[in-house]
Amino acid sequence: MAKIYVNGDAQEVNLPLNVSELIQQNNVVQPEMVSVQVNEEFAEREDWENIQLKEGDKVDFLYFMGGGTFIEH
Amino acid sequence: MIDFTEEKIQRYSRHILLQDVGVEGQEKIMNARVLVVGAGGLGAPVSLYLAAAGIGTIGIVDADVVDLSNLQRQVIHFTKDVGVPKVKSAEEKIKAINPDVKVDTYYEFLDSSNALDIIKEYDFIVDGTDNFPVKFLINDACVMAGKPFSHGGILRFNGQTFTHLPGTACYRCMFKEPPPVGAVPTCSQAGVLGAIAGMLGTIQAAETLKYFTGIGELLTNRLLTFDAKTMLFRTVPVKHRDSCAICGTNPTIDHLIDYEQATCDLKNH
Repeated sequence: MAKIYVNGDAQEVNLPLNVSELIQQNNVVQPEMVSVQVNEEFAEREDWENIQLKEGDKVDFLYFMGGGTFIEH
Repeated sequence: MIDFTEEKIQRYSRHILLQDVGVEGQEKIMNARVLVVGAGGLGAPVSLYLAAAGIGTIGIVDADVVDLSNLQRQVIHFTKDVGVPKVKSAEEKIKAINPDVKVDTYYEFLDSSNALDIIKEYDFIVDGTDNFPVKFLINDACVMAGKPFSHGGILRFNGQTFTHLPGTACYRCMFKEPPPVGAVPTCSQAGVLGAIAGMLGTIQAAETLKYFTGIGELLTNRLLTFDAKTMLFRTVPVKHRDSCAICGTNPTIDHLIDYEQATCDLKNH
């Protein structure tokens, strides 16, 4: 088990784990509506599967927010 | 120089009393020119507070007319205004609050053909729009024109905002490009608690006033998000990205883009 921080909250996860898998585990319904930062660095969408998370990593999901008309996450 | 009559001193006394604002700061506010894009959920509180604060000129861009479904959150519009262009309805209220404010109305959509021309007339831009194509347009136009702006987004019980100054993280640094049109669900899946628009819009108004008075630290290189269900607020550090397509070292975007927009007609839901 490893401890990582998702949107500031600690999560216990099993490694190996990549960003795409973390998104699935967190039940992000529409990954295309989220932007991801790992350790405060922007993570390119096409790299999500290749970014392996490690103990202490900080992951932030930034959601697209319009003006109150859409998105489900 | 602004002539501070007794009436003005009285009107703005609670600003003037603030050590960080004072007469000097109030004068900066009164000389300011702010463009509010969208006279909706966010633009309403932003415009009301900026008008009350005495911002010299407020420009408002909106191509819509007031709809009954707007009144749940767009507090600058009243029941009698249904069917009236939002820019006209907003202008009337701004003038009623503060006749000193000059109001410029743009009863049109902001798009690649007019964005730079409109934006260049203002010192600070507030994004109060409800869709991603225009959010990216505002971002790109402001970066190109070297203008500061406040980004705002709301959804259901959540809000997010940041402030951009030239050189700091822009919307594309955080959200590279608009989500695919097909990914944006229909209105029936969403909605927003009306007061959330007020919470977020007043943060944007406060940032605008901070910008002109130089008070404190702006929300630059930070994305403020909140969840009104828990009332937890969080600021996520974000960075200016060297590879950003608009503000990076080698920008690949050299013109404004009109992205395809997902349509959302509440009347069908």
